[in-house]
This record gives sequence, structure tokens and C-alpha cells, in this order.
Amino acid sequence: MKVTVDEVKCCGAGQCVLIAPEVFDQRDDDGIVILLESEPGEDQYSLVREAAAVCPALAIEIAE
Amino acid sequence: MSQHEQVLNYPIPNDAALEPPAEWAELRSKCPVAHVTLPSGDQATLLTRYDDVKEVLADPRFTRQLSAPDAARLSAEGGGVFSSDLAQIIPDGGEEHQHWRRLVSRWFTAKRMNALRPSMAKTAEELIDDMVKRGVPGDLKADLGFPLPVYVICDMLGVPAADRDRFSYWSDTMLNLTRYTQAEIEASQLEFFQYMSGHVAAKRAAPDDDLLSGLIAAGTPEEGGLSDLQIQVTGIALLVAGHETTANMIGKMVAMLLADRSRWERLLADPSLIRTTVEESLRLDANSGFGLPRYLREETEVSGTHLPKGTTVVCSMAAANRDESAFEAADQMDMTRSPNPHLSFGAGAHSCLGQALARTELQVVLEVLLRKLPTLDLAVPVAELERVEGLAVGGLRTLPVRW
Repeated sequence: MKVTVDEVKCCGAGQCVLIAPEVFDQRDDDGIVILLESEPGEDQYSLVREAAAVCPALAIEIAE
Repeated sequence: MSQHEQVLNYPIPNDAALEPPAEWAELRSKCPVAHVTLPSGDQATLLTRYDDVKEVLADPRFTRQLSAPDAARLSAEGGGVFSSDLAQIIPDGGEEHQHWRRLVSRWFTAKRMNALRPSMAKTAEELIDDMVKRGVPGDLKADLGFPLPVYVICDMLGVPAADRDRFSYWSDTMLNLTRYTQAEIEASQLEFFQYMSGHVAAKRAAPDDDLLSGLIAAGTPEEGGLSDLQIQVTGIALLVAGHETTANMIGKMVAMLLADRSRWERLLADPSLIRTTVEESLRLDANSGFGLPRYLREETEVSGTHLPKGTTVVCSMAAANRDESAFEAADQMDMTRSPNPHLSFGAGAHSCLGQALARTELQVVLEVLLRKLPTLDLAVPVAELERVEGLAVGGLRTLPVRW
């Protein structure tokens, strides 16, 4: 799995961090997404898929 | 699809406190772009399908300029929070909006919200202890649902929770679309504005570690910060938004879980379902209020229907959240549903700024309630629960509970 994020689209909702904190974080100064793991381990797959599906800005892309 | 003779009144009347009106399913299947008459008598266009609502909420051509001269008035008294002049102080779109949003967003990150969990839990525990001391039946709305988010947002903004009765009144006049006269609304907004101006001036003189002090510290607009007026309006917007929304949702969520007590028992047996249950309650909230109105700046099409420039559109996220084309068994509560891309917080660049806060509060309240009051139950039949009328944000009047 390869994850990419779009910082311009990101609206800082924080859903990805609440769902998959090992893969996503937010910048302290503006809440914009930080990708911690662009190729997360298999145990994270379902959480990452969930985070991408519920992102209100559709700012997370997954290639599998 | 655009030719529909019968014009529906909106909001659609509904007596059931937790169930959706029958019209939603019909509108989604037969008339997804519907003409409706608002309480003001003005016409608007109601959207009820998931894809349409999601698309429109994320489309910058559908603006928040409800104060435009040809925009529909929501009620005879104006549009409350949606068309207030105050709402126009915060940039509506583009880079300016993004700049404002990012300055404020830093205070609502998931990490910050997680850090607030222990203090939220402590406040919830104290409120529950007080409710238990007063004895059965308690009113879970007044005793817990309402005060908790108010304490939290006051603390974040650095405004005294002791003033909460005034905030409640000011919020109510901005969020209630039918209850107050124009004169009452204007007087209340002026008071609220004066209060916040004084408060921002005090923070400027003696900064603290709260959100308002932080916005002041970001400097002038030239230095990358906000103007005083923008800071004041941001304070008002956050106080209003942090007030009624989560406060009402706590009551509705607990009511939904107790209305079929097997849901409560399932959570007691498996608290790991709290997170997905909170999302499912948000999705199934049939009493979420008015929806989000938008003003169309240029002509376009939605679901094959032409919408002229100047159309006022109402997005019903609650109806969209029950769209069978987006959610399997959409009218059923599935406490394990995942993913759950509901639209209760909106979508796109304007989606709710405080959603991580709301989610955290809802999760914490549920955790603490399950732990402290496992025997919690409704003290009245579900049919006796009543809706608050006229509010832009829907809620229950009271939530009588026993334990």
C-alpha cells in the first residue's frame, strides 16, 4: 500500500489522526496533515482505508 | 425531474423525536432537487441525495452569502446565524478563508483534543455525580449534555464559564430561526459583540495560553494574523458552534442508544465499539436541524436539474446520510459500520472546524456514562421525547433518565 496526502485540499478535520495515529499526524501550527508512513504495515491497512474513505476533503489517496 | 407542482414546506414537520420524516426517502428517490417554501415564505431548493449534498457542500460556487439581496430569507425574522452580518466578517472562500481556517485549526487538532480527554472525563464524572445526587429522574440534557461542551469551549477560548447563561441566550437567539423577533435578535447580537470586544481587549492587555490570546499573538493581518474584528467574530462563532451542536448531540446519541437498550448492552459488553457507535449516531441523527443553506453565485446543474444564479439551496445532510445508494441498510443502526463517511459535519473546505472536538466529547461522554451508570435507561417512553422547535441545530427538549 502506498499512501499520499494533498496538503492543499486538507481541511484539518483530524479524522485520519483519530483513526490511524500511527500513519497520520497534523502540523501543530495549522492542523494540516502530516504523513508519518507512506508505506504502512499491513496491520494498518484497514484503518488507512477507513481514514481515506471518511476524509471530508478527500485529501488522502491510496494505491494498492 | 425539475417539474414538481407540489411545493413542500421546509423544515418538514415531524413529531417523532428520533425518526426521520417519511418525505426524505420519497424526495431522494423521486425528487432529489425539490422546490420548498421556507418559514419566511421565500422559495429554496432542497437537496436530499448523498452525492448531491456532498458535491454542493464542497463546491465554492455555492457560497455562504445568505445576506445577498436575492438570497432566500430563512425565516420572517431573517436567517439567524446563517445571514448575520457577523458571518460575513470571516472570509468565505479562497486563500483568505484558508488562511483564517488554518490559524484557528491549530487549536482543534486531534492531538490537542486527545490531550483534553482527561479533563473532559473529569468534568463529565462530576456532572454525573451531581445528577445522581439530585436523584431519579435526571435530565441528561440539562445535567450533562449541555454543560459539558460549554465548559470545554469556554476553557479553550479563555472566557469565564460563569457567564454561560448569557452565552446560552445569545447563542439561542442566533441559532433559533423562529423564536425571537428581529429586535431581540439585534439587541442580543450587539450585547454578545460588546462582550466579546471587551474580552478580546482584556486578552490583549493580559494574554493567557488560550485560543483568543493565541489569535492575538499571531499579529495584525499584515503580519499574518487577524484583525480585531475578525478575532471577535471568530470568538463568537466558536462559542455559538461549540454550544448547542454537541450539547444537543449528546442527548440525541444517548436517546438513540437507550431507545433500543440492546445497543447500550452491546456497548457495555464491548466498549471498543464506542468510536464507531458515535459516528453511527451522528449519521442517523434524524433531528439535526435545518441543514446547511448555500447561495448560488452562478448558474449550474445538480442531478440534471438546472439551477439559476441566485438560487438558495438547502443541503439536508441528515436526509443524505440515509441514502441507500451511499450506505448499506441505511436506515439501520450498525454500531460497527466502517467506513462511515456521513455528512453530519459537512464536506470540503468548510467542513466543521470543531469536528475532532465534537467527536472527542461524544466519545468521552459515552465512555464515562457506560462506566459510571451502566444501568442507565430512559425514564419515559421514546414516544414522549420532544424536539426543540425552530432551532438551526436540532435537539431534544429534555432527556429524562433513570439508573
